[in-house]
Amino acid sequence: MTGEQFFSEIPLLAPELVLAVGAMALLMLGVFMKDEAKAASRVSFLTVLLLVAAGGAALFLVPAGGGTAFNGAFVFDPLALFSKLLITGAAALALELAGPYLKAEKLARFEYPVLIALAVTGMAMMVSANDLIALYMGVELQSLALYVLAAFNRESQRASEAGLKYFILGALSSGLLLYGASLVYGFTGATGFTEIGMAVAEGPSTGLLVGLVFVICGLAFKVSAAPFHMWTPDVYEGAPTPVTAFFATAPKVAAMVLFARVLMGPFGEMVDDWRQVVMVIAVLSMAVGAFGALTQTNIKRLMAYSSIGNMGWALVAVSADSLTGLWALLAFMTLYVIGVIGAFAVILAMRTSEGMVEQIEDLSGLAQSRPGLGWAMTAVMFSIGGLPFLVGFLGKLFVLYAALEAGLWVLAVIAVLISVVAAAYYLKVISVIWFKEPKVSFTAAPVGVSLIAKAAGASTVLLLPVAAVLFIHARTAGAALF
Amino acid sequence: MILQAAAFWLLAGATIVSAFCVVAARNPVRAVLWLIVSFFSAAGLFVLLGAEFLAMLLIVVYVGAVAVLFLFVVMMLDVDFAELKQGFLSYLPLGGLVALILAAELVLVGSVWASAEGAAALRAAPMPDGLTNVEALGRVLYDQYVYFFQAAGLVLLVAMIGAIVLTLHHRPGVKRQNIARQVGRKPSEAVELRDVKPGEGIGE
Repeated sequence: MTGEQFFSEIPLLAPELVLAVGAMALLMLGVFMKDEAKAASRVSFLTVLLLVAAGGAALFLVPAGGGTAFNGAFVFDPLALFSKLLITGAAALALELAGPYLKAEKLARFEYPVLIALAVTGMAMMVSANDLIALYMGVELQSLALYVLAAFNRESQRASEAGLKYFILGALSSGLLLYGASLVYGFTGATGFTEIGMAVAEGPSTGLLVGLVFVICGLAFKVSAAPFHMWTPDVYEGAPTPVTAFFATAPKVAAMVLFARVLMGPFGEMVDDWRQVVMVIAVLSMAVGAFGALTQTNIKRLMAYSSIGNMGWALVAVSADSLTGLWALLAFMTLYVIGVIGAFAVILAMRTSEGMVEQIEDLSGLAQSRPGLGWAMTAVMFSIGGLPFLVGFLGKLFVLYAALEAGLWVLAVIAVLISVVAAAYYLKVISVIWFKEPKVSFTAAPVGVSLIAKAAGASTVLLLPVAAVLFIHARTAGAALF
Repeated sequence: MILQAAAFWLLAGATIVSAFCVVAARNPVRAVLWLIVSFFSAAGLFVLLGAEFLAMLLIVVYVGAVAVLFLFVVMMLDVDFAELKQGFLSYLPLGGLVALILAAELVLVGSVWASAEGAAALRAAPMPDGLTNVEALGRVLYDQYVYFFQAAGLVLLVAMIGAIVLTLHHRPGVKRQNIARQVGRKPSEAVELRDVKPGEGIGE
């Protein structure tokens, strides 16, 4: 690579460079500031700005039309742009939610936002990966930061357990992913997605299929799809709540986009082989999500099962393997992220004078004691559950449309049937909010948190008229692969 | 050539003998010292192959860091190695089997490597012409794979931050050495003259 080529390709990496350099600068700032509490709040604020700046860099600094860099290992296309905007936005909101909680639990340390920024760098690399090594480096950078965040509350045994469990199972999944990648490399002779795609088009082999299945298993771990979901409820429950809010949003988007990019890109020709695998994973995830959530009493565990179920829905869109499938996936993930951010904002507002509460029962009578939060939780629960007529319903509708268009009507019918079961537990939460007497008295929620909760709740309705704009953008992004 | 062959046999012999001594030594500290000898001899073999950069890495990383760390650990830990080694012989059949399988696999890989097409040419010219080791590696790492290399650096940075975040505790009331204060001390602050009467001592 010549120097000229290098400098002509560098602008494509503008978001990653902004994030990585910014994270290191903020780390230095945090280390050299004497007052720890002040360092934490200032670095946290600057990291939110950094995430916004990275989104801006993706929009404005990267040359229009994008392109590939580093011998095709890195690609910037509309799909990468859309996912990067979604990821940085979700991470910025999750970080904004974290401040008051961390301060109250005496966890406010400047490493928290820095680790979030580095995790987001990894996610940005994941959605731009066009090479097996780039894929793995992105996944690893992201996961390593997430393991640390899960165990961030090191005084708490549960958080340490969550971190360790996540780390060990994550390492196992990385091993599966790497083994699959090495098989794919062995049978195609290339790590670049373009070259793999050409080799696949010439004629798939059994070895390649085995490798692909391992890659799918590794990625399914990262999106917490059944039967690789075992870690999710424990990690979601054990990790500090703002960390859980982060886990449920940005990393899921990154891993899902990566999933779609790998399967629909280089392995597009082998769709008949991998579609059945993805369909089985999708059905299992939806079923585990729906039936597992029915007996939960802890709201964070409930959100974990809800996330497993919704990843099943996203995989339905992936298994369509079409332009419709891809943009339905992007639109679905966007609306899902809005709902989850809202739900976690409400959970983070559930603070009594004794500390945080996280049982579903504690939500009793929220509609009477805090009508604003009660309405917000109702709206986002309806939206995540996909009940008409909120934006989440549109997301699921388009996933179903993509599945039907691809001729997967059995899958579509199963998805609808399972989502009826899933609706039961979302309704259970809502009935607790509206029809039970208040049990605990909440202290006043931090302004930012309740604002985000109400904004997310309102947007589940207010976004309906402008949903067309979102779908147009998702469609442009999806066109990158087809 | 004779000198080279002699150096090879000497270094190879030293590697094997010292490796055996690592296993056979009763004292764990001696075992680690033998390990260092083994690393050094292996580094010498690398130099003979023309891979001087790898030889340097082996010494810097394995001898300089890993072996010294081992040394610290065996000195700090109170492990009765003699007790650990009891029943060494009863594991011999299983260990021998494992060694046999490993040897068979090595032969398999070696024979495939020897007969693969293009392997002979690669062996004859392991490096681009007119480049040193460091330059050849640098051209791959900082050119072709610069993206992955920098990404790996970021992963290591995260690992470092993570280790510090999860384990570093700031304890209050820890006494630290303050050299400036030590040096700046005056005799008048540090020494006190007392008039002691015989047979009484300083009564406190």
